Amino acid sequence: MTAPVRPDVSPSGTHPFVRVWSAPPGILGWLREINNIPIATRYMATAFVFFLAGGVQALLLRIQLGTPENTFLDAETYNQIFTMHGTTMMFLFVIPFIEAMANYVLPLMIGTRDLPFPRLTALSYWTYVLGGLFLYSSFLFGLAPDGGWFAYVPLTSLEFSPGLNMDYWLIGLSVAEVAGIGAAAELIVAVLKLRAPGMSLGRMPLFAWAMLIVAVMIIFAFTPLVVVTGMLEFDRKLGTRFFDVAAGGDPLLWQHLFWVFGHPEVYIMLIPAIGIVSHIVQTFTRRPVVGYRVMVGAMIAIGVVSFALWAHHMFAVGMSMAAMSFFAAASLLIAIPSGLQVFGWIATLWQGRAEWRTPMLFAAGFIVLFVLGGITGVMLASAPFDAQAHDSYFVVAHFHYALIGGVIFPLVGALHYWLPKFRGRMLDERLGRWSFWLMFAGFNVAFLPMHYTGLLGMPRRVYTYEPGLGWDLPNLISTVGAFILALGVLVFVVNVVRSLRHGERAADNPWRADTLEWAVSSPPPVYQFWSLPVIRTRHPLWEQRDLDAEDPALDAELQAMRGRPEGWRSTLIVSIKDGHPEGISWIPGPTIWPFVLSLGFLLLFTAALVNSLWLSAAGTLITAVATAGWFWPTRSQQLAIDEMRSRGYRVARDRARGSPLPMALVGRGSTGWWGMIVLIAVLAVALLSLITSYFYLASRWAERPVIDTMEIIMAATCAAFLLSVAGLLHLTSRGRPGSTTRRRLGLALATLLGLASLGLVWGAYAYRETSFTRALDAHGSLVYTLLGFEGLTIAGGLILTIVAQLWLWRRPEDPRGDAATELAVPYWFFVAASWIAVFVTLYL
Amino acid sequence: MTLAGGPGVIPDVLDPASEAGQRIADLAWFLLIAGTVVFIAVMVMLALAIRAGRAAPAGAIGERGGRRLQIVAGGIIPAAIVVVLFVVTVRAITAYTATAASDVTDVEVIGHMWWWEVRYPRLGIVSANEVHLPAGRPVRLTVRTADVIHSFWVPRLHGKIDLVPGRTNTIRLDATRAGTYRGQCAEYCGLQHTRMAITVVAHELESYTTWAGREQAPAAVPTDTLASAGARVFEVACASCHTVRGTLATGTEGPDLTHLASRASIGAGTLPNTTANLAAWVADAQRFKPGNGMPPMSLREADLRAVVAYLETLR
Repeated sequence: MTAPVRPDVSPSGTHPFVRVWSAPPGILGWLREINNIPIATRYMATAFVFFLAGGVQALLLRIQLGTPENTFLDAETYNQIFTMHGTTMMFLFVIPFIEAMANYVLPLMIGTRDLPFPRLTALSYWTYVLGGLFLYSSFLFGLAPDGGWFAYVPLTSLEFSPGLNMDYWLIGLSVAEVAGIGAAAELIVAVLKLRAPGMSLGRMPLFAWAMLIVAVMIIFAFTPLVVVTGMLEFDRKLGTRFFDVAAGGDPLLWQHLFWVFGHPEVYIMLIPAIGIVSHIVQTFTRRPVVGYRVMVGAMIAIGVVSFALWAHHMFAVGMSMAAMSFFAAASLLIAIPSGLQVFGWIATLWQGRAEWRTPMLFAAGFIVLFVLGGITGVMLASAPFDAQAHDSYFVVAHFHYALIGGVIFPLVGALHYWLPKFRGRMLDERLGRWSFWLMFAGFNVAFLPMHYTGLLGMPRRVYTYEPGLGWDLPNLISTVGAFILALGVLVFVVNVVRSLRHGERAADNPWRADTLEWAVSSPPPVYQFWSLPVIRTRHPLWEQRDLDAEDPALDAELQAMRGRPEGWRSTLIVSIKDGHPEGISWIPGPTIWPFVLSLGFLLLFTAALVNSLWLSAAGTLITAVATAGWFWPTRSQQLAIDEMRSRGYRVARDRARGSPLPMALVGRGSTGWWGMIVLIAVLAVALLSLITSYFYLASRWAERPVIDTMEIIMAATCAAFLLSVAGLLHLTSRGRPGSTTRRRLGLALATLLGLASLGLVWGAYAYRETSFTRALDAHGSLVYTLLGFEGLTIAGGLILTIVAQLWLWRRPEDPRGDAATELAVPYWFFVAASWIAVFVTLYL
Repeated sequence: MTLAGGPGVIPDVLDPASEAGQRIADLAWFLLIAGTVVFIAVMVMLALAIRAGRAAPAGAIGERGGRRLQIVAGGIIPAAIVVVLFVVTVRAITAYTATAASDVTDVEVIGHMWWWEVRYPRLGIVSANEVHLPAGRPVRLTVRTADVIHSFWVPRLHGKIDLVPGRTNTIRLDATRAGTYRGQCAEYCGLQHTRMAITVVAHELESYTTWAGREQAPAAVPTDTLASAGARVFEVACASCHTVRGTLATGTEGPDLTHLASRASIGAGTLPNTTANLAAWVADAQRFKPGNGMPPMSLREADLRAVVAYLETLR
């Protein structure tokens, strides 16, 4: 196939287009690199190292449990290791690895040149690495977290866990979660806006759908987790009392918020696997997966329903019959979309002869194990049965079938499938088969007996057990199985390492697959697509003769991006539904600031851990400098604007249709605008978690907190001010191209009103502070946190407004000033709405 | 080192000794069998698919056939199964959440890190780590916690019920057969979560009445000199944490020891209750259950022997 996605003649490294996309040289260059391919490669490698660490921990646990009354690990060490095993696998391996793999594969698969926010990609990566190292550094001090990966209060409160162990966990975890949210924001905007021209929603590869759904779920699931871990850390460090029964708090609030995250989390790991398996099955049967729409619908259904069944982790806390029945029903429902998916693959296999290469073996292994884990999951949905199986080894067996069978197998399959693309070398088939069969056999030997051990009454999280309870033999078998499984993983690692050096060279499309990542060379060039491919079907490499535009107008537009622009990185922005080209996006090039910013974060976590004012001052300074550096106008941006103008392309404002494409810096078409929407969604979910906590706790308070008229007046005034700010900014940005003076005035007035509202929020808090403190009771803690949240969101808006202002004063014609103003509008509307929500919650 | 094992001791969910346990075991069998059938059916379909695909295009189903297979086998049949399971589940939930009438024996279990305080408010009995009840008569069990979350789980009698700060939960224990049933804390509760076993002893009615009569009585007054000396040592060394009803010892940090000698184990199932173990435990309980609330007692050899002799009189 002569695809236009490749240059006619291989360009040399000095070609300006190649140079602009290439990594800068040297160690400093390595730190400055932000392009998705190198970052995603590092991301995957790091996550894989954490996977090996978590695996070694699992083996230590299995050695300890191999025989009764074993003293290989003492109680303290065992508790630390099981906590870190769960934490590592969930938070430091699976989610980061999936996001990293998507960071690499998705842009190729949807036919674009990079992710929409490469600096955020780099920031997520560095923050994740430093957060993970921070968490693991606890081992050096013998202070590894020991409260379980679910960290139930009050065991993890300061009273019962006075050491720094849980602080390491809470801080390290929040950091990893924030990184996860950042990566999710990126994936959402990438899938929605950066697809190849012609790739309508209905032509998107299933993996892109999977990652879109998962990224949205991450926003809704990780945010409450960040909030609730924050609340516990506040309890531990600042003396708030969210979970203290004596102060009107409730330890079950932790469980609710934790599982609102924790259950969707399972599907966040599973849905990408579903996407991957669909592609593998499709490729190796050479048939489109049966029921594309059904598959997409099933993934969406799982995503939605997964948020309605968190309490099935809480059947034993004392629940009403109605609640139990509801959560049982929701949990059972998951069986239907899962069934549709499994039979989607079975029907596909029925249609075509499968080629049994290693990725396909792992996909088939997945189907077997996933069905088994799904069936035990359905059993657990039956609440009275769960009352027995819950927190026993039956559950351990169940979720390892779901997570190893359902996630690790597809991921290893995916690595066999995509590593040839990533590194240009094939993996060895024979070793691949060995690793599959060892893993498959070892896994079942390890985990099948655990169903039985659990029904024999063995609870989880015990460091040893008495002989004579019937648990000895199944535990020994599980331990043996775990080592066989580990051997399988080892063979896989050997295979990868070997292939990187000696592997057979991979062709561009060694599996004869249908998706776009196989249209470029293996490994892909840094710029990914020389010119952007045009998509006319769901399976372009099978069904399209070429990837050229048939429409001359479109062709002309794309010609302009063939091996260009040469001075700055860019890609195409398309409409969400049809994939119609809308504009050209500027993409930032190498920069050190994401790395520096993550260092600032590291100092801030450490400061929070050891309560050091000096460290936090240093951290704040570095964070502020790095943030300023990040948003500082860059040369490449200026170059982009100038070039577009000189070529007669419109810049920014004019949104009228027609060729040539505008440079999409501002407005609904731009990636920045979509980034803002995602940010607002994250903040809204965080606020919603806090408000829900308020009402949940308030329902248990004996009396309503007394509210002063003065407080209501302040709060109402503040609401009026905030609405005015949003309105003013809206008018100002609409007024374009109005007089500069008017715009300057509007922005100045908005800034003043914003400052005044910040003062009022402070006033409302100070007013309270005279009569009580955050440490008085849960109500005080909530007032403190909600007002603090509002204060910070207003401060953020003020910074954005002031930046817009500075542009307007210095260079009123620069589109970047307009961009800042346009971004401020939805943000301030959110701030006003969030304040009204807080007002209603606290004062009415 | 440990309690005696053997058949009948195994806390097997599928070998219930109560009505509630029986109902859950029935449900479990139903789910296990149904689950196995579904699993085998799906695997057969998978195998058939692979075989048919191998013979493709002869053995293959077409585009429409594939879709029909997906919708029927993957959607409609699971939906039907879900409906059946839901009905079965709701019926089981109804039976499961039924509470005992108020006129039955009341037992309160209060979780501590890491032992169980057991109270019988109507009988005025306070004990630890063993629940005694009459077989064939439902008992109302109320659970609370003194510190973190624990979970009461005796698999042959009932599902788990959590002990949550600020809440009291109630279940109905209805052992149908006399016997000794083992359980242990099922919610991770810290360092010694592992060593937090509980035993439920279901008695025939007569033997239950005898047991209750004996437990209601205050502690026996020691008669021999060694034990009497031990009682004096106890009042100095142990009384601030332990209660022995009828004496000056009224501490509430640790378990009530009024009838310690009648209990089968020490340290919530950590050691069998023998003289040697008792002496070793009193001397240094940290050796057997590191982190538990009992500090090593630096008693002289003679005092240690005396205290143990005294403790053994507490029948």
